Amino acid sequence: MAESKPAPLPASMGTPLPVVGKSSIRPTWCPGCGDFGVVAGVEMALKRLGIPSHNVVIVSGIGCSSNLPHFLSAYGFHGVHGRALPVAEGIRWGNHGLTVIGTGGDGDGFGIGVGHFVHSMRRNVDLTYVTMDNEIYGLTTGQASPTSTLGHRTKSTPTGVIENPIDPIALALASGATYVARGFSGDVKHLTDLVAGGIQHKGFSFVDVLSPCVTYNKINTFDFFRQRVYKLESAGHDPADIVKAWERSLEWGDKIPIGLFYRTDRPTYEDLEEVLSAGPLAQQRAGIVDRASLLDEFV
Amino acid sequence: MGEIAVRAGGQAGDGIASIGESIARCFSRMGLHVFGFNAYQSVIRGGHVWFQARASDTRPYSQGDAADVLYALDRASVEIHASGLRPGGTVIYDPEKFPVAATDLPAGVRGLPVPTLQIARKYTSQSILQNAGGIGAAAYVAGIPLDLLHQVLTDSFGKKAGDIVDWNLGASKDGYEFASKNASVNDRALSRRGAPKLLMTGNQAIGLGAAAAGCKFLAQYPMTPASSIMHWLAAHSRSLGIVVKQAEDELAAIHMAIGASFAGVRSMTATSGGGFSLMVEALGMAGMTETPVVVVESQRSGPSTGLPTKTEQGDLNLMLGAGQGEFPRAILAPSHPKEAYAATVRAFQLAEDWQTPILVASDLHLSENFATVDREEIDLAVEIPSLYTVEPNGHEYRRYQYTESGVSPRALPGQAGLQFIAGSDEHDEKGHLISDIKSGIPLWVAERQRMMDKRMHKLSGLVRAALPPEREGPADAPLTFVAWGSTVGAIRDARAELDAAGRTTNLLAFPTVYPLDPDRVRAAFAATRKTLLVEANFSGQFGRLLRAEAGVVPSERLLKYDGEPFYPHEIVARAIEVMSHGGK
Repeated sequence: MAESKPAPLPASMGTPLPVVGKSSIRPTWCPGCGDFGVVAGVEMALKRLGIPSHNVVIVSGIGCSSNLPHFLSAYGFHGVHGRALPVAEGIRWGNHGLTVIGTGGDGDGFGIGVGHFVHSMRRNVDLTYVTMDNEIYGLTTGQASPTSTLGHRTKSTPTGVIENPIDPIALALASGATYVARGFSGDVKHLTDLVAGGIQHKGFSFVDVLSPCVTYNKINTFDFFRQRVYKLESAGHDPADIVKAWERSLEWGDKIPIGLFYRTDRPTYEDLEEVLSAGPLAQQRAGIVDRASLLDEFV
Repeated sequence: MGEIAVRAGGQAGDGIASIGESIARCFSRMGLHVFGFNAYQSVIRGGHVWFQARASDTRPYSQGDAADVLYALDRASVEIHASGLRPGGTVIYDPEKFPVAATDLPAGVRGLPVPTLQIARKYTSQSILQNAGGIGAAAYVAGIPLDLLHQVLTDSFGKKAGDIVDWNLGASKDGYEFASKNASVNDRALSRRGAPKLLMTGNQAIGLGAAAAGCKFLAQYPMTPASSIMHWLAAHSRSLGIVVKQAEDELAAIHMAIGASFAGVRSMTATSGGGFSLMVEALGMAGMTETPVVVVESQRSGPSTGLPTKTEQGDLNLMLGAGQGEFPRAILAPSHPKEAYAATVRAFQLAEDWQTPILVASDLHLSENFATVDREEIDLAVEIPSLYTVEPNGHEYRRYQYTESGVSPRALPGQAGLQFIAGSDEHDEKGHLISDIKSGIPLWVAERQRMMDKRMHKLSGLVRAALPPEREGPADAPLTFVAWGSTVGAIRDARAELDAAGRTTNLLAFPTVYPLDPDRVRAAFAATRKTLLVEANFSGQFGRLLRAEAGVVPSERLLKYDGEPFYPHEIVARAIEVMSHGGK
């Protein structure tokens, strides 16, 4: 046998294939952590869409929030710090029949991994990236993060942060993401809608979730956000309008918008990569078919 | 053995590599074995570059020590290379560009002034045809038939239609005829020897090996001397059905490859030492998550940016130690394109069999230089097993199940009922973390050790799978060369010269540099008398590995780290010194 056989698809054994639910592992987050709301939102979004759990891969890096894949019943890849997105991209290109969701924190995505964040958006890879943005490093016990606000006193910045924070929404708009949203882990129903919309959207979907760290961030708390957030859809925002999306992305203060900032249709990387038009790479024939002619070029 | 070597020298941008490749391809189509050596600098225009096409009726494994024909495009080339010509040699130049006096040339070497510019002006006023007359003259002196030269030139222009091909054919014919009237064919010229051979670089062979082994995904970031692996695969992406992704950096490249592999696709990345340094953490992640991946590390002179266009074997320590903690890996070290092809195929098989990262150690000398292989030496019919090796059977699936070999059943995303988490944290058989609330608890302390043992047990399998050191030459030779990677080539040529001079030697070449089987290594060394370690690095990194792994210490060393590959004469000289005087 010279070429690999196409993959045999597993039999469903007559019963409907289970959709994503909780795994047997209970989250190890601190009681009251914002990330509980996010894992619930991701789970409910996948359930609502009815995607079988074996066709979902959840990919993360390192940090409190990056433990998320363990708490759901899908496939998961819990990689190293900052590299969730390139792993997720590789998985998509390896088998674009899969639903791929990247998860992680603000340090993972906007600090050590920010280069991958920008590039995966400009490629418009068809995956959904959900960040749990708590504006602090939690698992390393409370240092400043790339989204910590100016003046925020942390263990690494005892006199206050002196760097301007990254604005993930504006960065996503500038980088070419085709679905850009912000959720709040204190509003799981709304968050579920945003994540489900992102999964359904064909292209790179970014959902930045305000997900308070109850242990190390005493500034950006649930109360802080509850007093400030308002929903873009209630404010008459048109997510097709990128200029308006830019304007809304700059709002951060007494009023903080949540909801869908921007959505557009653009061919995905998978659409444009011609090799993938023959089907998921994992199921394509491997090896050299036309052997004689391939060697002729070396004569 | 009979050999003839043609050298072309000039500035970057003069088209030296293209002249050299054309001549090399003429020789390979004559059925001769060729080594094509491309010496260049980290500039796009200017500087000094040269190419040597060395042809022989037996296989040359290195660039050799001398040339017979020099086509000098500038005066500097005469100054640098005339002394490298053998008696009977010819220097081709255009007197309209610069003069060459007989006193500029060594005894027995003559100049052949060819009016290349004048010939070019016959066809066009553009400056694109200057080399054609010179190539024609060089081909005549090197004994290459004109019709063959014309075939090669026509093919090299490919689909570029029109006058340019005809001009080149005309001008090269003029140069050829001019030489036939004003010079004679070199005495060393060789005649056709049968079927044309394949001429390829190490990197092309690596690309070919990857494709044959079933690679479907390459992610890479440009870095000399690994870039041409990506170039070759990108050019064949559609016909071979391989996704080639130029990543934003080497971090992304290896993580993409690991992701694609996790999804069920044989995957590879390639880089040089600088990029490999960025891949170090991911290598450990592949080891921890037990995800197969093939990494080609084509070394160049370090440290840091070093000499980007020069060779070295200085990254062995890096490859051995890359990654925090410990995980199984293997490092394969081909020395010639035909070995690079086979090693790449093997790397994919080992990665898949042992679910761990496998490294192919190349270097600039192997990656970018040309050598001939016979068609029969490249068996493209590689058996590629299905990656689907586990089916749901009603029992709980354990991705990291303890097994005798250490290799656990591997499910692929998309398979129902086999969901698991590949964790870069330490985990149990099911893939559940034991890094957080379980760490330090006695039961899980034992579990961690057991999981490390399971993974590291795969190293024993890799030892058994390793290709043993190969001995070339008689067992009882008074001197044994010890080498790995591209350095083996110059030693093979040096051994042939030593044989011809009545000095018997043998060679222990290591196609697998890690892991080593200590018993086999000791057995191989037990049969030796004097041993001479030859490595292109400062500290003798492989020598240290031999000592650490097998307790053997080569008695003599020849180390080189000037950026240049070994020349056979350097090895011959050192061998004679060692054999005559017992070493330093």
